Amino acid sequence: MEIVLSLGIGVFAASGIWLMLRPRTFQVVLGISLLSYAVNLFIFAMGRLTVGAPPVLGAGAEVVSVDDPVPQALVLTALVIGFALTALFLVVLLAARGVTGSDHVDGREPHQAEPHPGHPHP
Amino acid sequence: MPPQLLLATAALLPFLGSAAVICLPGHARNAAALLAGLVMVAALACIGLLYPAVAGADTVAWSLDWLPTLGVQIVLRLDGLSWLFAVLVLGIGALVVLYARYYMAAEDPVPRLFCYLLAFVGAMLGIVLSGNLIQLVVFWELTSIVSFLLIGYWSDNASARDGARMALTITAAGGLCLFVGMVLIGHIVGSYDLAVVLASGDAIRSSPLYLPALVLVLAGALTKSAQFPFHIWLPRAMAAPTPISAYLHSATMVKAGIFLMIRFWPVLAGTESWYWIVGTAGMVTMLVGAWSAIFQHDLKGLLAYSTISQLGLITLLLGLDSPLAVVAAIFHTVNHATFKASLFMAAGIIDHETGTRDMRRLSGLWRAMPYTATLAMVAAAAMAGVPLLNGFLSKEMFLAEAVDNAGDHWLNLALPVLATLASAFTMLYSVRFIRQTFFGAAPHDLPHAPHEPVRWMRIPIEFLVFVCIAIGLVPNLTIGPVLAEAVRAVLGARTPDYDLAIWHGFNAPLALSVVALLGGVALYVVFGRRINSNPRGGPWLMDRLDGGRLFERAMTGLVTGARGLEGHLGSERLQVQLRILFLTVLLAAVLAGVARGLDLFAPGKSTDFDPAFALMWVVGAACAVGAAERAKYHRLSATIFVGGAGLVSCLTFLWLSAPDLAVTQILVEIVTTVLLLLGLRWLPKRDAAIPAPAAEVVRARRRRIVDLCIAGFAGLGLAGLAYAVMTRPAVDGIARWFVEEAYPRAGGRNVVNVLLVDFRAFDTLGEICVLGIVGLTVFALLRRFRPASDSLGRPRQQVSHDAYDAARADRSPGETAADALLVPRVVMTWLFPFIVLLALHLFLRGHDLPGGGFAGGIALTIAFMLQYMAQGAEWVEARLRIQPIAWIGIGLLVAVLAGAGSWLFGRPFLTAYFAYWEPPLLGKVPVASALLFDLGIMVLVVGASALMLVALAHQSLRRTRSAEAEAERTAEGETV
Repeated sequence: MEIVLSLGIGVFAASGIWLMLRPRTFQVVLGISLLSYAVNLFIFAMGRLTVGAPPVLGAGAEVVSVDDPVPQALVLTALVIGFALTALFLVVLLAARGVTGSDHVDGREPHQAEPHPGHPHP
Repeated sequence: MPPQLLLATAALLPFLGSAAVICLPGHARNAAALLAGLVMVAALACIGLLYPAVAGADTVAWSLDWLPTLGVQIVLRLDGLSWLFAVLVLGIGALVVLYARYYMAAEDPVPRLFCYLLAFVGAMLGIVLSGNLIQLVVFWELTSIVSFLLIGYWSDNASARDGARMALTITAAGGLCLFVGMVLIGHIVGSYDLAVVLASGDAIRSSPLYLPALVLVLAGALTKSAQFPFHIWLPRAMAAPTPISAYLHSATMVKAGIFLMIRFWPVLAGTESWYWIVGTAGMVTMLVGAWSAIFQHDLKGLLAYSTISQLGLITLLLGLDSPLAVVAAIFHTVNHATFKASLFMAAGIIDHETGTRDMRRLSGLWRAMPYTATLAMVAAAAMAGVPLLNGFLSKEMFLAEAVDNAGDHWLNLALPVLATLASAFTMLYSVRFIRQTFFGAAPHDLPHAPHEPVRWMRIPIEFLVFVCIAIGLVPNLTIGPVLAEAVRAVLGARTPDYDLAIWHGFNAPLALSVVALLGGVALYVVFGRRINSNPRGGPWLMDRLDGGRLFERAMTGLVTGARGLEGHLGSERLQVQLRILFLTVLLAAVLAGVARGLDLFAPGKSTDFDPAFALMWVVGAACAVGAAERAKYHRLSATIFVGGAGLVSCLTFLWLSAPDLAVTQILVEIVTTVLLLLGLRWLPKRDAAIPAPAAEVVRARRRRIVDLCIAGFAGLGLAGLAYAVMTRPAVDGIARWFVEEAYPRAGGRNVVNVLLVDFRAFDTLGEICVLGIVGLTVFALLRRFRPASDSLGRPRQQVSHDAYDAARADRSPGETAADALLVPRVVMTWLFPFIVLLALHLFLRGHDLPGGGFAGGIALTIAFMLQYMAQGAEWVEARLRIQPIAWIGIGLLVAVLAGAGSWLFGRPFLTAYFAYWEPPLLGKVPVASALLFDLGIMVLVVGASALMLVALAHQSLRRTRSAEAEAERTAEGETV
């Protein structure tokens, strides 16, 4: 199980990072989504893998050996914040696309008017 | 009042006054001056009443814990030295307020000036009264900042802005050095308390950190007191209104540096390094200042350089390793404050009444303003060290020290000669000042006809000149006791015997004094004409050494250098930045792993392999890779692939005992996908068939290979790290405690939910705030959204539907679109109550079973969203008023109030309470205050996510509306 999950995390992260390095804003948004899956799973895995023992106590609330709840609590909020982040990026990219007319991450197509190094864009 | 209270009142009053003055209307000159004056007098009275408490080498201290864990306290400490300085600051401050009232023009924003002035007084008193090193530095920097505001008061004047900036740059940079120096001293001593530090002189001087600490502290003191080569800011600060110059450069600002050196004299002085640094700086400053002062044509310029020279003299005295020299330094500090303040005020009157400060245009003002002329002459004589005035006494002491210390070093040998030379220069520029301004032919061609100023404007000068004469005539009756207290506070047991008498008999200092006075007059007689006609206005021999220009050039160089560096090393392009970021992280991780000898594949325990799990992840990995591959040209399928990857991670949570995460993940997944689908419509068409430029193809391929390597290595590294951690045995961390205490303490059986809404509720409060802010940001961004022109057309599907309708006689346009997906839409509409029920269920059971406010909130959002998707925004909003912004506000309020409720019971914020409640029919139900908090979370989550979705969904609507409006307008145009 561990080897499968770790490889899975690796593939998610690699795909996410690849996409984040791409020039189109939509690719970057998807990349962030994939990378956050990977990171959430990674944090979750820090509590080690347990099958069939959720951190929910029985009716009598007797204390049993259960999965680590702390990473789970961290990931739970991360999921919601991740949604907010995706939404914000999406809207920023739409607004930028509306203003600049391009969906390139730099707001202009690379083969038109390459910015000259040493002369910051006003 | 007890002394401590008096002390605290005196320290606080100026700041309170400053805040009060700024509330006055801009033209309230009299009220502002009256208030400022009252504050000064009241604070002065407080300090004055404290004199009996400090007399006899006593101190008054008042302290308050500030950062107790760091051993930093706010300590106010008053001893003889700080009493003397506090009286100078407040006394001259009160006179300056009176003077400024009549100096400032009615159209100046005078309350602002008094506000800055009072803040400056507060900061200055803060330095003088600080009993803690860190506190001293804070007030020190505060004086730098407020002096920036004061010097730049006439901010529409370019030279005022430049002067203010230069003063701030130099003195604040020195202040930062001082901060580090004070931290070093605190480190050596083990305490930041001034009393402790003053008692640990030997420990400090013998520490290996002594030299760095000394250099840093002196960097602060010498920049502030305008010592060479940092003196350049002072002449440029003359762009300030004259009352401010009179204040900053006589009794305050520059004297802060002197105060610091006097204060730390017992612990830092007495070494070779102190002698060389302070002595040399003082000597050079005294000579350079006096030499430059001779050649100034501007009255204030002359006084500015003369101030530099006098400060150099005091610094030089402090540099000599002699207690008597310290006495002379303190004495001269007081004397300089009195005569320099009065001279600045006199210069201000001349400027005010004639309209010019240029000595080449002024002459013979004696006839027009005899009173002012007399006062200025007495003050100038005090500055030149003429007998029977206070300047003479301290200059005499200085010359005596110069003679006494002539000994081993070459600097010492030259001391009496150079001291006499500087005194002669002082005489020369004082004579020139008086001769040029008040004597000679009657003035002509002045901007205003000169006359005496209003009576009140002269009073401060009269008072100060009176003090000069009183101290000069009867020093023992006036300054004597106060000076003795100040000296004893600094030197303690090393206090020397000294005599403030006017007449010490015929001795070497007197002879030198006479030589200097006569020499100065003689020099003026010989060179006066040439100096007065000196066309350049700068000192001879020093044409090329314009410190100000060098400073400007250095600053420009700094800016261009930084820009060049940014151009070479930085990039505006996001891809380059991200690439650097990922590479750095990768490198740091590898280095950390290698340095710690991390073995990724150490044998460890693992859970049983399950082929189904592996198969699921094969699908997941394929989805991720597929998304990465399709995202450029096939956005829809890439979005579906990302959704697939999300589902796999959701199933993984479920499989590995995290039902809460699984529930939340699947709900979030739905909302995110809908959001992305809504966004797709506004993105440009991207077609693989469009050819890229040939040059781009090669570069793009190279970039892709590099990126693939980065992504591959990062993925591999993360996989290895995850594997390594997972196979190692779990650490017995805090998890056990949470599991054990969840029920007894919080009454919840779902530990994850209990963690979120009870144990770590404060963190969750922060997170929902973030969520609310993001929702509002999205809303704000979309309000001004302007779609790109190529996205404005109607979607292809709608166009083809309408074309189909138009082609058929039995269908009207829009019918097909309205009929699309009719069955699913009906189902979706009817699902509404069920999903609402599900959301409530998830929310209510959250404390004990998987679910909770986050999950419930998103589920409720989905319920709303499905209605939008099924029936369109207009249909929904005609029937259902959703006000997401109100939901955000209410949610946050509920969460905060749920937390604040515990205050009613005397518990800290967010303390949870729970009990059981037995309503009829339902049986025993646990009721926890955390449930209320969770309700806040749910409401806010609904508000934020609905706000984002609705705002995005409305964009299509807005476009049709604007198109309709446009069409209407054209139609109207046609009918007309």
